[in-house]
Order: sequence, then structure tokens, then C-alpha cells
Amino acid sequence: MSFFTDPRWHEALTHLPDYLGNHVRVSVTALALGLLVSLPLAVASRNRPVLRSTLLGFASIVQTVPGLALLALFYPLLLALTALSLSWFGVGFSAFGFLPAVLALALYSMLPVLRNTITGLRGVDPAILEAAEGVGMTPSQSLFTVELPLALPVMMAGIRTAAVWVIGTATLSTPIGQTSLGNYIFAGLQTQNWVFVLFGCASAALLALAVDQLLALIETGVRVRSRLRTALGGLGIAALVIATLVPTMARSPSSYIVGAKTFTEQYVLSALVAQRLRAAGLSASTREGLGSNVIYDALLTGDIDVYVDYSGTLWANQFHHSDIKPREELLTELKAILAQRNITLLGELGFANAYALVMPRKRAEALGIHSISDLVSHASAMSMAADYEFFSRPEWAGIQKAYGLAFRPQRQMQPDFMYAAVASGEVDVIAGYTSDGLIAKYDLVALDDDKHAIPPYDAIVLVAPKRAQDQALRAALHPLLGRIDISAMREANLRAAGNDGQSSPDAVARWLWEQVGK
Amino acid sequence: MPTPPLIAYAHVGKSFDGGRVQAVSDVSLEVAEGEFLAIVGGSGSGKTTLLRLANRLIDADSGHITVEGEDVRAADPIRLRRRIGYVFQNGGLFPHISVAGNIGITPKLLGTPAPEISSRVDELLDLVRLDRAQHRDRLPHELSGGQRQRVGVARALAAKPRIVLMDEPFGALDPLTRDALGDDYHALHRKLGLTTVMITHDMTEAILLADRIAVMRSGKLLAQGTPSELSGSDDPYVGELLHTPRRQAERLKVLLPPDARDGTA
Repeated sequence: MSFFTDPRWHEALTHLPDYLGNHVRVSVTALALGLLVSLPLAVASRNRPVLRSTLLGFASIVQTVPGLALLALFYPLLLALTALSLSWFGVGFSAFGFLPAVLALALYSMLPVLRNTITGLRGVDPAILEAAEGVGMTPSQSLFTVELPLALPVMMAGIRTAAVWVIGTATLSTPIGQTSLGNYIFAGLQTQNWVFVLFGCASAALLALAVDQLLALIETGVRVRSRLRTALGGLGIAALVIATLVPTMARSPSSYIVGAKTFTEQYVLSALVAQRLRAAGLSASTREGLGSNVIYDALLTGDIDVYVDYSGTLWANQFHHSDIKPREELLTELKAILAQRNITLLGELGFANAYALVMPRKRAEALGIHSISDLVSHASAMSMAADYEFFSRPEWAGIQKAYGLAFRPQRQMQPDFMYAAVASGEVDVIAGYTSDGLIAKYDLVALDDDKHAIPPYDAIVLVAPKRAQDQALRAALHPLLGRIDISAMREANLRAAGNDGQSSPDAVARWLWEQVGK
Repeated sequence: MPTPPLIAYAHVGKSFDGGRVQAVSDVSLEVAEGEFLAIVGGSGSGKTTLLRLANRLIDADSGHITVEGEDVRAADPIRLRRRIGYVFQNGGLFPHISVAGNIGITPKLLGTPAPEISSRVDELLDLVRLDRAQHRDRLPHELSGGQRQRVGVARALAAKPRIVLMDEPFGALDPLTRDALGDDYHALHRKLGLTTVMITHDMTEAILLADRIAVMRSGKLLAQGTPSELSGSDDPYVGELLHTPRRQAERLKVLLPPDARDGTA
């Protein structure tokens, strides 16, 4: 199978109208909002040094915040705002997806627009300004007939920079629930689907280039007073917006949205759930790459309808319990806690994906390490790696407390790279997942948690409050409950981590259903 | 002159930088209708400030200024500027607007209908001796310095003002162009019955064009009068200013034999 006939190209292409449409929509809205705010501010501050430096300082600070962090910050901010608005005015709004993405990106677009507009306006020859006053122009006539037209080339350069930044940064809005071309990149990175990563990068770059060139066309059109060029550029932008909106609009909105967190297993399971819903005649789509905390809030507010979480994660992370209970007891209590919040715990899928300390089998045998207790005496000379959230999770604090573990360096890694890292000896121990197929593939061993410091992590299906009475949903998902055992899930995860045409979450989910659905 | 002055300054003062720079102090000066007044002085003498006070590009700190009998402080500055023509140093043309657009700007601001502006622009191009077809749609950077200044003069005259203020209008031009433009403007001044106040640092130019000359130095009005009245002044600075043109005239008379084509230049 050659590179170009890889079926993943075709699969990537089928997502394009959705991802590109959403990407254009969020970028164009953010850029329009950014311009709407920045241009008047720039005009108002051009002759006010204090306001000017305050604004530019603020915009520069915003620019130093990494794009991903800025987007992530807007989610809790809006969550707090919507809670306030709900208690004060009785109306809430979705703090998920579009709104935080637009606000963060608009903020991000401000610096180049502000700076270039101010620079452009202040660069107008004072003699020309005096002439404008001398021939009897009012300040606004001077602004619109003289200053803005003369500042236009510099302003447009800023707007073009902002457009490119916004389109590039919009790929980072995937983790806060906004579908974008970043979906390719995040999904590709998680499932080692480099075709997706490449496709996402290339399409975002092409989009940015196209918009930049259309803006350039408008700019020269205005400058050389060629109506044709201005109109062509404007039409191009309008056509782009319409072309990307029409397919999204024309498609009936999915009635069910299945959420997925940021790792391979979640991509596979969300694809499986969506497939089961569609098989039952319901329309469903997936919203992938959501952060652990974002996804629970999104379910609570109904932005997503269903997703798979893990009992121990909710117990320790979401509800802040530090005590470890036996599996059944924990599930019963969790069900009650969730019921208070009107979330339905539909049932367990049949496997657990627990955190486990993992090291190469040969090394463990050589050192005589079978359990975490055996590891303690070696830990001070060992290095450890885990995913982005593990070290800040309460489970890690629990393990450290129970065993008195202290590793030398701790590193954070992309989950799929950890296993290779520990297998090659680059790190000594990792916090792996028990359902991961890579444990077997790399001949690794999960150490016993002899002091029971790690809670059980049964995979459970959660349903949003607004779907609590939804019998069609229950019926569609019922066949999954209790059917997926750990070996099936490991095999599925291993397949999904592969790098061929059969490794897409959809393909793996179909395979998984063939194994368990009989 | 029996007619009341068209522009009158009475004890006018203006300082900048919170009083640290006294640009104009206690100046009283009258300009009669139809008069061509030149204000002469070195840089920093306050001559430009004095000019700008008349159309309120700058507001005076003290004293009174009246234009056409009206105290300028009571006038709306925008409307005041639209009824006074102003010619800027180097033209002050809007670089992104065509010659026709530049000339027609004030009538446009006044709400004159477009066809009327268009015919007025043609009329003005004729008046300042620029070819209509050739210059109408050009941008300022496509013109020579002299042509730009002709457009500047046309723009100042577009709304048919009674008063024209000129800020060193011919200063940056080569001597030949400068001489031709000065003569052309002087003819227009006569023909249209304008009242002109022109700033210049060149006493020769002032003597050749103006009816009367006001001499400024360090913000003060040192002397005013016709060239012959000024030559009677005992102020040493005025004498110094007049010395150069006098000496030039004498040397020219000696060095340059009379031209057979005299009067046709």
C-alpha cells in the first residue's frame, strides 16, 4: 500500500467539510470580533499616550500567553460567568466550544491590529494632518478621508498577520470543545495517525495562506483604487466563508454528541458509541480531544450527551475523595453522587483502565521487583515518566504517601511515547494504563499495588442530565455494557496505536464491535 | 484706507509649552480688504503662528482677532477655515487623492453638488494655468514641485474665499518657477479681488509681491508698512533685512546689461 493510496487520506477528506467549516467559522468570527474591538480602540488611543501604552502593553501580555493556555483559561472563566448569569438573570450560555474559542482568539488577534493601526495612523505626515484641518475638515472627516486611507497599508499588514495567527491558533481550540482543523492534529497525535497530523497541518496552512492572499488582494485593490481587485478579494473571502458554511449548515445537526478525552482508548470508545447510536437509527457525532475536567462539565451542561469515564478518575479527581474503596462499593457510591447531579451512570463496559506503575519485565525480574513496595528502595536512583496530568492527580499523591516513593527526575510525556521510552530504557518507570496494548507489545510488566493506593478504574458510560429519560439511547448502548473485557480493549488499543489504514478509531471500533457484539 | 480691516489683530499673544516659549507677544496688525500683506521674519520669529491664529489652526492666549468683522473666538473654527483659503508650504496635498479631488475638497466638505465641483475644478485648473486633461486625474506625486503648488493655490481658491493665507508657498521652488508662480498668483490676487497674507523669509519676494510688509522678530512685530515706508525705518533689523535686496539690485544693475526681450519673460 503506497503512501497516497492509504485509506486514511480518504477518511481525513470525509471530515474536511465539518472541520474546515468549523475552523473558518470560529476564525472569521474571532477575527471580526477582534477587528471590531481593536480598530476603534486604536483610533481612540492614537493621540492618548497613556491609553495607547496601556492597550499595547495589555495586548503584548496576552500575546505572551501560549495559545493553548489562553484558550484553556477562557473555559473556566466562562463557566464561572455562565453560573453567575444563571443565578442573576436565569439564563446561562454554553461555556464550551465556540464561545471561549472565539473570545480567546479575538483577544489573540488584537496585538497586530492595534499596533499596526496605531503605527499607521501616527505615521501620517503632520503636514498632511494640518492641511486636512486647514481645508476645513472636522476631526472625523480628517480620520476617514485622510488618516485611515493613508494608514491603510500598514493597518492591512497587521490585519493579515492577525488573520494568519488566528487561523493557526484556532487549531488549538479542539481541547476546549471547538471542532477545528486541530481535530486532525490532536487525533493524529493521540492515535499515531501521521496522515491526520499532516493533513491537519497542511489544510490549516493552506487556509491561512489563502486568506492572507485574499486580504493582500483587497489591500492592493484599495491602494491602487482598483475596484476589480477589491471586489475579487472580497468575493474570495465571502466565497470561502459561504463554501465552508453551506455543508455544515446543510447537514442536519447531530442529535447526539459523544465526547472523548485525549487518548487513544477514548477515541476508539467514542467512535464505538457513535457507531452504535447510528446503528440504532440515531444521528451521532463525536467531539474528541477534550480535557478531563472539560469533558465532565460539558456533560453536566449538556454540551455533550454521552461519554466514557473511569470510576477512579471521577472519584479522586472530580469529587476529591482521597479514600480508596473496593470496586463495587466505589461504583455504588459514585452512582449515587452522579445521580444527585442528574447524571446517569448507565453501566460498566467490562474492563478497567487503571493507572499502574510499569517497567520492562526483564529489568523488574533482574531487580526482583514485583510490587510497588519492592520498587521503593530503587526509586531514588530511577527516573519516571507519566502523561500530562498524572503527577498533579490525587492518585499520585496517594501512591507517594502510601509507599513513600520518591523518584529522581519526573518527566511528562505524550502517552503513546511513554511505552517506547521505558522499553528503550530512556526512563526507568512509567505510569501506564492497564488497558494499554503496548504493555504486552513491549514486554513490560505492571507492578502490583500491594497497599491498594490506586483506586479501581472501571470504564463507565455516563449520560447527560437532559438524556436521563432517553430510552432510545439506553437501548442503543445497552449491548455494550459488560461486553468489553480487558483483553479485547488491549487488542483494540494496540491496533489503534498502529500506523496503517486499519488503525483509525472508526476502523478499530468496527473491529471491536465484531469481537464483542456477537 | 476708509474701509474697515478684513483681518485685525489687537494685542495678540500666544505661548507654547506651558508659557515657556512666547511665540507671539502683543501683536497688533490690520489687513485691509484687497491688500497683499507679506509677513517677513526668520525661523522662530512667530510669523507662522501669527498666520495660523487667523483661521484658528491655533487659538490665541490673549488679545482679539477679527476676520470680516467677526471675533474668531465666536466663530465655528471648521466653518471659518472653509471660508478662508490656505496655501501650505510644499502644497500640503493629500497624496492619495487626485488633483481634481484635492482641488475640490473644500466645496465637497461644504456639500456642493458633484457636477458643480467638477466644473469649478476645470475653471481653477485654467486659472492656475494647468492643463485640464493632463493633470486632472493625476496623483500629487506625479507632479513637479511647481505644479503641486499651483494645485495648492487652486485648492485654496476652490470655495471662492475672500481671504487667502499663504505659508511660505514658494519657498521650496527653484528660482524660475518661484518667480513665475509669484507673478501668476499676484495677478490672481488682483483679478479676484482677494485679500492675501503671505509668510516668507525672503525680503526680496515680499518687496516684489506685497503691498505692505510686516516684519516679525522673536514674536514681536518690529515694523510694518510699504517697502518705501520700511526703508525709512530706523530699526537695525529691518535695515539688515532690506540690505540684501538692495545690494542684490545694485549688483545686478551693474553686472547684467538690459535685456532686449525685457517684459516678455
